[in-house]
Amino acid sequence: MARRRLDLTFPPRQATKAITYHLVKDFDLVPNILRAQIQPAQEGRMLLELTGSAEQFEAGVAFLRAEGIGVREAASDICLDDERCVVCGLCTAVCRPGALTLAEGTAELVFDKDKCVYCEACVVACPRRAVTLRF
Amino acid sequence: MAKSWEEINARIAAGEAVVMTAEEFGVLAADEGVSAAARTVDVVTTGTFGPMCSSGAFLNFGHSDPPIKMGAITLNDVPASGGLAAVDTYLGATEPSVTRGIEYGGAHVIEDLLRGRAVRLKATGPGTDCYPRTEIDTYVTLDDLNQAYLFNPRNCYQNYAVAVNSGDRALYTYLGTLLPRFANATYSSAGALSPLLNDPTYRTIGVGTRCFVAGAPGYVAWEGTQHNPNQERDENGVPVGPAGTLAFIADLKHASHEFFSAATFERYGVSAFVGIGIPIPVLDEDLAATLALTDADLSATVFDYGVQRRSRPALGRVTYAELRSGQIEIEGRPIPTGPISSLPVARRIAAELKRWIAEYRFTLTPPLQPLPQPGSQGVKPLEIRSEEAI
Ligand code: SF4
Ligand code: SF4
Repeated sequence: MARRRLDLTFPPRQATKAITYHLVKDFDLVPNILRAQIQPAQEGRMLLELTGSAEQFEAGVAFLRAEGIGVREAASDICLDDERCVVCGLCTAVCRPGALTLAEGTAELVFDKDKCVYCEACVVACPRRAVTLRF
Repeated sequence: MAKSWEEINARIAAGEAVVMTAEEFGVLAADEGVSAAARTVDVVTTGTFGPMCSSGAFLNFGHSDPPIKMGAITLNDVPASGGLAAVDTYLGATEPSVTRGIEYGGAHVIEDLLRGRAVRLKATGPGTDCYPRTEIDTYVTLDDLNQAYLFNPRNCYQNYAVAVNSGDRALYTYLGTLLPRFANATYSSAGALSPLLNDPTYRTIGVGTRCFVAGAPGYVAWEGTQHNPNQERDENGVPVGPAGTLAFIADLKHASHEFFSAATFERYGVSAFVGIGIPIPVLDEDLAATLALTDADLSATVFDYGVQRRSRPALGRVTYAELRSGQIEIEGRPIPTGPISSLPVARRIAAELKRWIAEYRFTLTPPLQPLPQPGSQGVKPLEIRSEEAI
């Protein structure tokens, strides 16, 4: 069993509900939508986590591509440049899942990778450009 | 119990002064009482490290051969003022680069100079009899400059606003990204370590106060722009919103990039994190009482930045202890918080200043001139007038 994260782009007017249904039903994959930005008349984006065997995963991805959905491996890592970081804490204000927090007492920056959904909000918010995404 | 500036300076000079950071003093006062703490401690050090847009540096390049009267000047493509004498300039921290926009600005140039990097200087001039050259393109380092000094017209805000956003789209502000529908709150103050919150009525801080400016020994040069001692105050006499401000001067050649760090606020602009630390003499119990205030005693007013007017609606008041807990409650709804001002670096500055006093016998200077006091002045708005209305 493997767990992988995909960054999906949907063309405008693409139905999204059926997608997860098929991934479960036809490919036996367990989808977990980490983040979705879908508006009917616009291009949509979804950060999808899939759990399943390697073959099922490949088949699932092929299915998504055939449906006209852009598929790429989600950013695999958030990197913090300690030399640039001034520990202002501003990134913690935009990190909704609570992956970036300030330690109680010391107010030092703590990054809990497991909670990160790769939304990139911190990348944009950091005034020191100290956070980057590694692919 | 009262101590004079002279007594305290004599103890510093003799290496006998008892110095504590404002946080340590708060703990001591809670344990032993304010009077005992006031008797024991001679100096309390403060520190703050937040974005301070109104910052910049005066630079003198020296004369080239043949010389030039610099008009349009850029440093690494960031425009600097050509409105001074031939080879003098003022580089403002928020000035964006003409090629890279807000990703690189005046603050970044200053940080690069502090890091010892060569910076590309380009200028044009009119060509005069005494300054015949009309163009120059060269590189300068901080060492090459005759004079380079920070002059920051407004730093060290005495308290600030807490920002939230009631609107339905994210706002990109100088207080960071404000998520829609009250999804976050940001704030910018060192709280209990903040210099002007420790001396709320400016008894010991005034023109001429020697202090820590971006890692260099510097001075309070003047009241800061928009200095507003008339801001609403709490029962301890401490402002509950943006109030006093200070202008600083310091030698850039002695400053450090550790305490002057360029910043880019998304879709807002360039700014600079500036480190300021001010030592405060424990003159008497009245002063000790405000020095002893902790984050739980200090509060700030929450403003709705979703209303984009000069006067934004106030939604209540919260303490710095609540803000630092990571969540506040406004009108019954919990809102996660995030700071903009670095507490770890503020602590480092207060500790560094303590070391200066112990190791370098950094003595204190009483104000040469007091700052405008509460009751004396507020901030005036800018009215938009037509020529006929003048
Ligand atoms: S916003 Fe950037 S500089 Fe500030 S704490 Fe986060 S990573 Fe560090
Ligand atoms: S990418 Fe998003 S979830 Fe991950 S740390 Fe940054 S803000 Fe938090």
